Amino acid sequence: MTFPIETTSRRRFLANSTQGLFSVALAGLLEPGWLHAESRSRGVLQNTSLPQKAKRVIWLSMAGGPSHLELFDRKPKLAAMNGEPMPESVTRGQQLAQLQGQKLYCLGPMFEFRKYGSCGTEMCELLPHLGSVADEICLVRSMTTEAINHDPAHMFMNTGSQIAGRPSMGSWVTYGLGSESENLPGFVVLVSTGPGRSPQPIAARQWNSGFLPGRYQGVQLRGKGEPVLYLNSPAGVSSSQQQADVAAINELNRSLDQQAPDPEIATRIAQYELAFQMQASVPELMDFSGEDVSTLRRYGCEPGDGSFAANCLLARRLAQRGVRFIQLYHRDWDHHSVLKEELPLRCREVDQACAALINDLKHLGMFEDTLIVWTGEFGRTPMSQSNKGPTGRDHHNKSMSMWLAGGGIRGGITYGATDELGYAAVEKVSTVHDLHATMLHLLGIRHEEFSVKFQGLDARLTGVEGASVLHEILA
Amino acid sequence: MYGFSRYCGCCLTLTVLVLSGGTARSVGADAPWQFNRDVRPILAEHCFPCHGPDSGRRQAGLRLDMRDSALEKHAIVPGKPDQSRLIERILTDDEDERMPPPATSKRLSERQIQTLKQWISQGAEYQRHWAYEPPVKPVIPAGQNGIDVLMHRRLSEIGRTAAPPADRRTLIRRLSSDLIGLPPTWNETVAFLEDNTPEAYERLVDRLLASPHYGERMALGWLDVVRFADTIGYHSDNPRNVWPYRDWVITSFNENKPFDRFTIEQIAGDLLPDATVQTRVGSAFNRLLLTTEEGGAQPRDYEARMLTDRVRAIGTAWLGQTTGCAQCHDHKFDPFSTRDFYSLGAFFADIREPIVGHLEEGLPVPSAVEEQRLREFDSQLAVVRQELEATRDQPEAAQVPAEKLKRLEAERKQFIDRLPKCLVSVSLPKPRTVRILPRGNWMDESGPVVMPAVPHYLPQPNVSGRALNRLDLAQWLVSRDNPLTARTVVNRLWKQFFGAGLSKVIDDLGSQGEPPPNPALLDWLAVEFIDSGWDVKHMVRVIVTSDTYRQSSQVSPAQRAADPENREFARQSAYRLDAELIRDASLAVSGLLSREIGGPSVKPYQPEGYWENLNFPQRKYAADGGTAQHRRGLYIWWQRTFLHPSLLAFDAPSREECCAERSRSNIPQQAMVLLNDPTYVEAARALASRILTEAPAAPDARIVWGFQQTLQRTPRPDEHATVQKLLATQRQLYQEHPARATDFLHVGTSPVPASVDPLELAAWTHVARVLLNLHETITRP
Repeated sequence: MTFPIETTSRRRFLANSTQGLFSVALAGLLEPGWLHAESRSRGVLQNTSLPQKAKRVIWLSMAGGPSHLELFDRKPKLAAMNGEPMPESVTRGQQLAQLQGQKLYCLGPMFEFRKYGSCGTEMCELLPHLGSVADEICLVRSMTTEAINHDPAHMFMNTGSQIAGRPSMGSWVTYGLGSESENLPGFVVLVSTGPGRSPQPIAARQWNSGFLPGRYQGVQLRGKGEPVLYLNSPAGVSSSQQQADVAAINELNRSLDQQAPDPEIATRIAQYELAFQMQASVPELMDFSGEDVSTLRRYGCEPGDGSFAANCLLARRLAQRGVRFIQLYHRDWDHHSVLKEELPLRCREVDQACAALINDLKHLGMFEDTLIVWTGEFGRTPMSQSNKGPTGRDHHNKSMSMWLAGGGIRGGITYGATDELGYAAVEKVSTVHDLHATMLHLLGIRHEEFSVKFQGLDARLTGVEGASVLHEILA
Repeated sequence: MYGFSRYCGCCLTLTVLVLSGGTARSVGADAPWQFNRDVRPILAEHCFPCHGPDSGRRQAGLRLDMRDSALEKHAIVPGKPDQSRLIERILTDDEDERMPPPATSKRLSERQIQTLKQWISQGAEYQRHWAYEPPVKPVIPAGQNGIDVLMHRRLSEIGRTAAPPADRRTLIRRLSSDLIGLPPTWNETVAFLEDNTPEAYERLVDRLLASPHYGERMALGWLDVVRFADTIGYHSDNPRNVWPYRDWVITSFNENKPFDRFTIEQIAGDLLPDATVQTRVGSAFNRLLLTTEEGGAQPRDYEARMLTDRVRAIGTAWLGQTTGCAQCHDHKFDPFSTRDFYSLGAFFADIREPIVGHLEEGLPVPSAVEEQRLREFDSQLAVVRQELEATRDQPEAAQVPAEKLKRLEAERKQFIDRLPKCLVSVSLPKPRTVRILPRGNWMDESGPVVMPAVPHYLPQPNVSGRALNRLDLAQWLVSRDNPLTARTVVNRLWKQFFGAGLSKVIDDLGSQGEPPPNPALLDWLAVEFIDSGWDVKHMVRVIVTSDTYRQSSQVSPAQRAADPENREFARQSAYRLDAELIRDASLAVSGLLSREIGGPSVKPYQPEGYWENLNFPQRKYAADGGTAQHRRGLYIWWQRTFLHPSLLAFDAPSREECCAERSRSNIPQQAMVLLNDPTYVEAARALASRILTEAPAAPDARIVWGFQQTLQRTPRPDEHATVQKLLATQRQLYQEHPARATDFLHVGTSPVPASVDPLELAAWTHVARVLLNLHETITRP
């Protein structure tokens, strides 16, 4: 019995493909002679038209919508007006969510702010670790979004559209740039589990490739159970037995290709080899036993606990292996109520791990070319919400804060501002499209030029309305 | 493969060049340029965004989509390209003057510029967009298949010839897959191979068209188009009652309900004078859109979302028009305006629904037997009421019938509560007011109120003196005057039998779609469809009995190079089966398949924790047992936000939006599903059991039998040797580790035959597993 996978494995695979995991599929999708191995570079963009400041993205999604008014945007005036009616001039005729039609009262920040770093950026007392890297991050206080309910707002943040069926930004990026990983997907999603109250549902559509080919879809790596769906061989089938079956399948498929040549067959063969390789590469990735105890302590996690902290460490491991786009979800920021009790718990779950990730990447020399983005899908109202139990804040899309760090970002600055009550962004108002344009810019892509025909339009991640790169936040 | 190139920027550019510069106009350089075929695509791509139908973005008052405007502004001077401002502005070196503006990063190729110049030289004749002209039926000599005549005509024009016919084994596999979505059995294959009578093929077609699985196969595509799913889609993605609609679709195809009636029942089945429970179930179509239960969702916001969702659905399913962009502005390439958009949406403003929040249970949908029981209840109730009436003045005597009445009414209610329910359309006496939303903004109420109306650029319905309603819309969609519906439907049907449409972009027959390389054929099919009384089976029969359909899909490298995407259909195409059909084929070959038609959606094995991200409420997935575990793929529970991962891996759409065309990817997850999903492991074991119990006992004969069941052929010697070697390896490994065999054989819930040696069964299960994983097994030939 011969095992072609063993004998030829990686070398031959690489010879067939310069593009990484899902790329071999390209051979089947394009006709021979159109794009041969030489011209088939990473992704559809042969060369990026701009200098590539960031090579990969780690996107930290705080699902539910963290309160900028507690965490990032200090509003003394709001504190002074705590409990007073919200001036009607501010809210009249505006889109609200659960507070629609209710009496509106100001709610002052529930926690203290501190100045962090030599830059002196003001952030919440609940974020001391993030504060310790304040000089590395750029805090944007003037972000806005179009949607005001979770599901459409996530869609908008991920795809630039509130209509289902558009590709997620991770799909766009891997479609454009391919991946540097040989045996892992180019776009990986990690959804954290934690002890929180009522985590947000996150649809698989949030990492779907939409109208881009299926191989650019995000692959969810799960903390519990099989890390990748259907990764493990069935019960009673050893690795060598699995290998024997894959070898036989490929041998028979090669025989078919001789009889009735079709480029799809070669692709199929490569995909079986890859699937088998992933049975080894994924467990190796998920195995934290090689990590120092001190590393685990820095992140604040136990191996395999599925926590956001463990996923930050996993994100670093994925980045090291050349994965292009890594998206993490923490699902518990929807604080309509019990804000005062909940926020310290949730901050504890992310604060230390985010700082550890930044420090770790710096230590590895990867911070400079890794873009890190931390954001919710929207912000929260300066008005209190008390119809759902102890006080919280409602969804809000006219102002939110988020931060960026790493590849090409100017650290230690803040960008934009909201009005004195934190209700609306008024200075350097930024949109989700601007954020996407900036991310693409850092990856070396001019967003206006990066389009795909869909339903008669040149569809772009940054939409049809126009978007501007936030040049002031670039290093 | 076909689904891909429209999505891939780089390929698309190449394709356009090949088509507009090569294949489409290879008749000779002197032949006249045609506006629709050669010129409109260039102008649409580069000019229409600012000089087209969108009045909001139009620059300098110039329209290039209308000849009068273009001439008036001297953009085009017929016969004189050198005096035409259009050409001048394209060619100028002055960056401020050049068109398209450098900022758009669009540039015309040299070939495109030449095309424009020559077209202007020849007089710059415009044509109305092809799809808005009424289809004209070419004359076909009596007794001939119109498809073959028109295909032959086209191929001789471009100097090509059709491929030879496929062999008979390929034909029965292709037909079975296309008509019933299941592979033929070996016995059926042998019978067909040995039937030398001239009618053998037609008889096979008849048998398959009469199969109840025909309706299941046809339903697959339609359920994508109308975005049928078991859950609401947004946020909590909770269940809703709609599966009777799925069964209504299957039954409609099986009964060969004319497509016009099929359309009318879906859009207005509740408004028909002869409305029944079944026509109302058809009207569930109007309820298939995404809905939300999310706290804080604003009704007016979602009212707008639902209107736009419905307009897009009509655009995709019937009109072949992309409409979505007109939510915010006039279409940039097609005449579809914002007013058209909201007016079309206004047809649905009468539908009763909770805009935000929990959906109602829906209409009880009794089966024939249950309906009989209901009638019995009613007659019993009538009798008891009479008794009660007769004893009105005798309180003592009235007691018995009164109690009887109470009991019967309770029983009847209980009976109805247990019936399946389906969301259906119910018309409000006073429809919601629909306004044009400026830039799509639902908070802006300054736009004018609109009444239901069909797109202004199409022939109008012949109704006067009253407002139009959904029934008018439905009847207009399938009226002979409507140039789009028949073309859209036959184009999609063509795709089911050839892997790609005659016009490539299935959901866009507008100017950004593809002018069909063989327009006469598309038109002939469209008119034939209408002439036949919208007879779907007739159209299917015409297609599958054509020589064009029966061509071989085997391609020489030269043929592939000449027409890489097979746009001319001078051969058939081989392509991977759709997600559901891959499952169906495995279950059928293994003997596990339950052939029951219809019923509530089913839950196959699913990886533990796959639903962990669902919330409000949290849900635990419980796989079905018994035969429900082995139902066909189209009955799988369609959870929009977390579609079953084995379907997702093979490109089944989430059905959050209407989907006219699935992509056809080839990714490692597909290998993982076929190798490791318990459904496929169990199917392999069941097939192995069949091999060991039904095949002749000699090992060689067993291998041959396995190939015959799975691939409907005998193995070639090299294949035989590969399998033999694998069998020996696996057998030896299980002899060394017998406990593993027990584990392997206990994947899945179907019983393991006690009469078979477990080690032998385990080893053969690997053989069966390999057969079920083969490229050939999951490919429609």
